[in-house]
Amino acid sequence: MSETIFSAQLFATCLVDAIRPAAGLATLRLLERLGVKVIVPSGQTCCGQPAFNSGCLADARAMARYTVDLLEKSPAPIVVPSGSCGDMIVHRYRELLADELAYASKVERVAARTYELSQYLSDVLKVQDVGARCRRTIAYHPSCHLLRGLGVRSAPPQLLDSIADARCVSLPGAEDCCGFGGTFAVKMGELSSAMLDRKLDAIVESGADTVVACDAGCLMHIEGGLKRRGSNVSVRHLAEGLVESE
Amino acid sequence: MNSPSMSFKQRVSHALADGQLRIALDRTTERFTSKRVAGLASLPDADAVRDCARSIRLHTLSRLDEYLEQFEANVTSVGGQVHWASDAQEANEIVLDLARSRSVKRVVKSKSMVSEEIELNQALISGGLDVVESDLGEYIIQLAGETPSHIIAPAVHKTREQIGQLLADKLGVPMTDDPVEMTATARSALRDVFLQSEMGISGVNFGVASTGSLAIVTNEGNASLTVTAPRIHVAMMGIERVVPALDDLAVMLLVLARSATGQKLTVYTDLLTGPRRGDPDGPEELHVVLLDNGRSRLIGTEVGEVLACIRCGACLNACPVYQQIGGHAYGSVYSGPIGAVLTPSLDREGPWHVLPEASSLCGACREVCPVRIDIPRMLLALRAETVHTGKGNRWVRVGFWLYRIAATKPWLFRCGVSVVRQLTRMFFVNGWLLRLPAPLSIWTQSREFPVIASRTFSEEMRDREEGSGDE
Repeated sequence: MSETIFSAQLFATCLVDAIRPAAGLATLRLLERLGVKVIVPSGQTCCGQPAFNSGCLADARAMARYTVDLLEKSPAPIVVPSGSCGDMIVHRYRELLADELAYASKVERVAARTYELSQYLSDVLKVQDVGARCRRTIAYHPSCHLLRGLGVRSAPPQLLDSIADARCVSLPGAEDCCGFGGTFAVKMGELSSAMLDRKLDAIVESGADTVVACDAGCLMHIEGGLKRRGSNVSVRHLAEGLVESE
Repeated sequence: MNSPSMSFKQRVSHALADGQLRIALDRTTERFTSKRVAGLASLPDADAVRDCARSIRLHTLSRLDEYLEQFEANVTSVGGQVHWASDAQEANEIVLDLARSRSVKRVVKSKSMVSEEIELNQALISGGLDVVESDLGEYIIQLAGETPSHIIAPAVHKTREQIGQLLADKLGVPMTDDPVEMTATARSALRDVFLQSEMGISGVNFGVASTGSLAIVTNEGNASLTVTAPRIHVAMMGIERVVPALDDLAVMLLVLARSATGQKLTVYTDLLTGPRRGDPDGPEELHVVLLDNGRSRLIGTEVGEVLACIRCGACLNACPVYQQIGGHAYGSVYSGPIGAVLTPSLDREGPWHVLPEASSLCGACREVCPVRIDIPRMLLALRAETVHTGKGNRWVRVGFWLYRIAATKPWLFRCGVSVVRQLTRMFFVNGWLLRLPAPLSIWTQSREFPVIASRTFSEEMRDREEGSGDE
C-alpha cells in the first residue's frame, strides 16, 4: 500500500486534543502508515456532544453547525478516534439539525462519510492487521456509544488480536458501562464511581496489564480510577496500541 | 428503607451503602439478564419477533382510540363493564364505590403496577377494607410496609435471609431462608384469603380488543384464584395495554416472559373473557378500570413510544444504574430506565426531573427492550425539556453557553484551553489532579483528573504545518 489511494479528514475531538493528544498523533501516524493522505482541518473544536447530552440543545446545535461547516469543505471521509463523538455526528446531528433546511443536506453528506477509527480501518481500508507488535496482555473495553450507538462490536478486538506478541484476554462484564457518561460522572458522581469500581475490579480480574478502548472519555475515566487505586495497568487508545512496534 | 423526604442523591448514597441490597441485586439482576439471553435464543429469529412485537405495539398506539372503543364494546358484549378513569383519584373512587355498593369487606389482589401507580391499596384501606396482596413478592413487601422495587419482582431488594426473618417476625413461623418453605408459609396464609374475599383485583398484561379478553400472566397461579374465587373481579388496566387481536397477543407473549425471566411462557397464562355465564366458574361480575392518568397526553410527543412498554423489566435488569441502586432510590413507582422516562412524563408537576439524569446513556436498556423503545433518546428529550423550562441547574446552562461560544471560535477555544492548562498545571502531581474544586470535587473523590496536555493535538499540528513550510 505504498501509493496513496485514500484520503481522510481527521476530526480529533476536544478530549483527544486537550487531554490525550497521543491518541490523535497515533491515529495520524497509523493512517499515514497505511497509505492514507490525512488532512487535519484546522479550527476543529468540539462536536457538541456534552451540551447535547445535558439537554442544552441550542448550544449543541451551534457546535454541530460549526463542525458540519468545517467538515463539509472537503469531500474526504471523516475519521473520528472516538465512538461517542462518531455516534454524535453520524446519528445525532440529523435529529439535532432536522428543522434547519440549510443544513439538512450538509448533515447528510457529513454523517454519511463519518467513521469511527476502527470502523474506517475495517470497513473502508479493509485492514485486519496493521503490523503492530508489543508484549502486552490486553483487555478491550467496548465503549457504549461505539458498541450500541455505531454498532461496532468486532473490529477493535480483531485489530488488537492481530498485534504480534500481544495476548488479548477477555474482560468480565466487558459490555457494562464504565460510568463515565460525560457530565453524568460529575452530576451523579457517586453512582458513576460505583459503576467505575465494578469496571476496575473486572480489569484487575482479567489479568491484563493494558486496557484499550476507542473513546478518550472512557479512557480518562478508567485511567483516573486506576491511578487513584495505585494500579500499574496501562490505559491506551486503540490507535496508540496499533502504532506500537517495539 | 428510603424515606420519600430524601433527595434523589441522598437515596442513591443510602442505596450504595446498603450491603444487603447489593447482595440482593447482584444475585438477581445478573440471573435475569443471562436467562433473558437464553430465553430469546430459544426463538428461531428473536430479532424478527421483537420487530413484529414492536410494530404491533406502535400500530395499536397509532389507533388507540379505535382499539379502546372496540375493547370496551367487546368487554360489554360478554357481560363485563368498563369504567374510564382519567386520573388516580377517579380510578380509586370507582373501585371503592364498587366495593361499597356490593358490601365488600375483603379484597384479594394479584399483582398490578397500575394499582401501585394510583396507590389503590391505601385508598381501599382508608375506606375500611381489608386488602391482601397474593403475589408472593407483593405479599412480602405488604408485610414489610414497603413499595415494589422492580416491575416484575417487587421484593427483589430483599435477600432471602431478610424475607425469612420478616415472615418469622410477622407471622410467627420459624425462621428459615429456604424459598420452598417460605413459599409454603405464604401459600397457606393466602389460601383462606382467596376463599373469603368478596372482591378480587388484578392487573392486566394485555386487553384484547377483538374479543374483550384480559390476559394475565403469573408464575404462582395467584391471579387465576384472584379472578375466579371472589364474587367480583376488578381488573386495573392502563389504556395503553390493549392489543388488536388474539394473534397479536400471541406475539407479545412470545417476548414478554422471555424478556422478563427468560421463560418461554410464564407458568400460568390466564385469559379471561367476561364474567361467569351459565358455567360454574368465574366471577359473577367483571369490571375493567381503564386508567389514563397522563398517558393519552403523551401520544405524539417525543416520549410517546414509552406507551409501547410491556412492563417486562428487562431494562431494569440490564441497567448499570439500577444494578447499583435498585428501585427504591428512584423514589417513584416505576424505576429503572423505563421509570426514569415514564415517571416525569406521567407526573409533570412532580419532583422528577432528576430521574432522566440518572443514566450514563449507555444504551443497555434500548438493547434489551423487547419492543425496542429508544429509552436513551427519551431521556435526552426529557433533559432538554428540563433545560428549556428553566428547571435545570443554572450553572450547567451557563457553562455550556460559554463553552459553545468558545467552541465556535477556534482562537477563543485555543485561549480557553491554554487558560485551563495554566490552571491545571499549577496543581498537578505526575500529570494528574488529585483534587478539584466543587462542584467537580465529586470526580476526584474516587478518581484522578488529567491535566491539559503540555502540547495539545492542534498545537502539534500547527507545529507540523509550520515545520513543513520551513522546508
